[in-house]
Amino acid sequence: MYVAVKGGEAAIDNAHRLLADRRRGDRDVPALGLAQIVEQLALAVDRVMAEGSLYDRELAALAIRQARGDLIEAIFLTRAYRTTLPRFGYSRPVDTAAMQVERRVSATYKDLPGGQLLGPTFDYTHRLLDPELAGDAIVEAPAVRPEAPEPMPRVTEILAQEGLIEPDGAAPTGTEPGDITRQPAEYPMERDVRLQALSRGDEGFLLALAYSTQRGYGRSHPFVGEIRIGEVEIELEVPELPFPVPLGRIRVTECQMVNQFKGSMKAPPQFTRGYGLVMGQSERKAMAMSLCDRALRAGEFGEDLVAPAQDQEFVIAHSDNVQATGFVEHLKLPHYVDFQAELDLVRRMRGEFEERQGATSARKEAAE
Amino acid sequence: MSDIATYNFAYLDEQTKRMIRRAILKGIAIPGYQVPFASREMPMPYGWGTGGVQVTASIIGPDDVLKVIDQGADDTTNAVSIRAFFRKVADVETTTDTTKATIIQTRHRIPEQPLVDGQTLVYQVPIPEPLRFLEPRETETRKMHALEEYGLMHVKLYEDIARNGHIATTYAYPVKVEGRYVMDPSPTPKFDNPKMHMSAALQLFGAGREQRIYAIPPYTKVVSLDFEDHPFEVQTFDRPCALCGAEQVYLDEVILDDRGGRMFVCSDTDFCEKRREAGHVGELGMAMEDVR
Repeated sequence: MYVAVKGGEAAIDNAHRLLADRRRGDRDVPALGLAQIVEQLALAVDRVMAEGSLYDRELAALAIRQARGDLIEAIFLTRAYRTTLPRFGYSRPVDTAAMQVERRVSATYKDLPGGQLLGPTFDYTHRLLDPELAGDAIVEAPAVRPEAPEPMPRVTEILAQEGLIEPDGAAPTGTEPGDITRQPAEYPMERDVRLQALSRGDEGFLLALAYSTQRGYGRSHPFVGEIRIGEVEIELEVPELPFPVPLGRIRVTECQMVNQFKGSMKAPPQFTRGYGLVMGQSERKAMAMSLCDRALRAGEFGEDLVAPAQDQEFVIAHSDNVQATGFVEHLKLPHYVDFQAELDLVRRMRGEFEERQGATSARKEAAE
Repeated sequence: MSDIATYNFAYLDEQTKRMIRRAILKGIAIPGYQVPFASREMPMPYGWGTGGVQVTASIIGPDDVLKVIDQGADDTTNAVSIRAFFRKVADVETTTDTTKATIIQTRHRIPEQPLVDGQTLVYQVPIPEPLRFLEPRETETRKMHALEEYGLMHVKLYEDIARNGHIATTYAYPVKVEGRYVMDPSPTPKFDNPKMHMSAALQLFGAGREQRIYAIPPYTKVVSLDFEDHPFEVQTFDRPCALCGAEQVYLDEVILDDRGGRMFVCSDTDFCEKRREAGHVGELGMAMEDVR
């Protein structure tokens, strides 16, 4: 006698209850506040905002806490929320030349207008675990620039004055930038749409692809023209008003990669660009993005398409970690109907195989 | 922060629903053609049926009665979860009874009970492109569909026969819709393919991650690809359901012990239960009165 197991509903409820318990952990340890996450795990918050494509530190912190620190899960939570928000309009393009810069480095010039500014970087820290940080030692206030900063033109603009780098490339008049959250992906994909996808693509995936270009899979001879991190103003054009309305400031990381030159019979040799722009502070992601952007422009420059990083469909279709994690992890859902179909076929084919074997050995015996 | 998250009827905002309905209408107008649509992130992961959920969310109204099955069963965890989702965000009546449902969302099966006029079957689709595993590039496969260039698919099926003596596709078996588009029926076992042909119900297919919707309007010809000398065949089971004794239905194999003991039972739980209600008893089953 057999009675099929039921109770999916109760099992799910109990699993959620256990999850809530594990999330909270030992009740004797104080619960994490969102402000603590925002202030002390700021780069995790930034990654969730960037890949979740929603600039809201508090919501990102909530997502991180709800996801038990699993950042891809937190990114997913953020995305599933942002997609339900009404769309009021599109802001004006941000002007990163007018950025309130906290960090700015160039690898192409020793000194330049506005100077190099290290900002809050791990770069020259020695990676020695610091026992002091296990406690809550007093932290000094940071040094502050006394004088107002001089303007910081973008390095690419300095190169452009001499015509040494390709122009930024204006979209043909009348073209509206695409919107990957409102239009289905279509290939071949224009650069505006590719950049959007890269900007919220998975940091690890882009990092690996960018690395692959450095190791010869689609090499582009890159120099960091400039990386800048800081706050930019977001402005919205409102038809009733004669001036753009400032909505607030967001922190972004921009990377301009200067790559090996290209020329033709008609055009003199010029450096080419790879561009990265990411919400929040994430230099690794912005740099990886700019290498991927340049690799994906291979077709534009008539370069041979030989490497994964140069292949639009390969890069863009697999860069979204919410999609990737969903589809990889869905394999744990029940597939027994399909598996049954395969079992049936394999058993049938094995049966036929054994029959054939039997027939052959019978023939052999007869021959002997 | 308590007011941060409020949601529209059936979760999606009305603009999104309108966009999805347009894609559905286009799909119905061109049976079997994959319509791109701007799929949204849903509150369940990609791969869990986000395409089907978006289709259902866009067509469901307060008077609909929803049934959700996964692997043919109403009580698999994901079916339970999706049903609960719509109860929560749309406050609709749900059922496990195939005949009472106006919308049936499914993963991997078509109910055994023939569907009727006015019912809609919504399929969850992982990879909508039947040519994907022959040609990974979207730019190429769209061209192949446009030119009706399906030779590659026949070559693949032929190679299966040459290599294995059988067409080695047992689920997601490609079909041709109304003599034009080759279509992926979603990973249903090929056993279910004949049910799609001339079905009285509207069949809608949603692939969320891949951003595609396609459709088979009622009473549309759906033909499984085959060869004259290797005609399409469905799976057959050499025994009836162990619980309800049904024959010519799709069965799940249940492992009973670690000594090779196994039984075969209906994958369609509603169909099986109804038969047992009606007094049918299989080899290992018991009458419904005794179960209670």
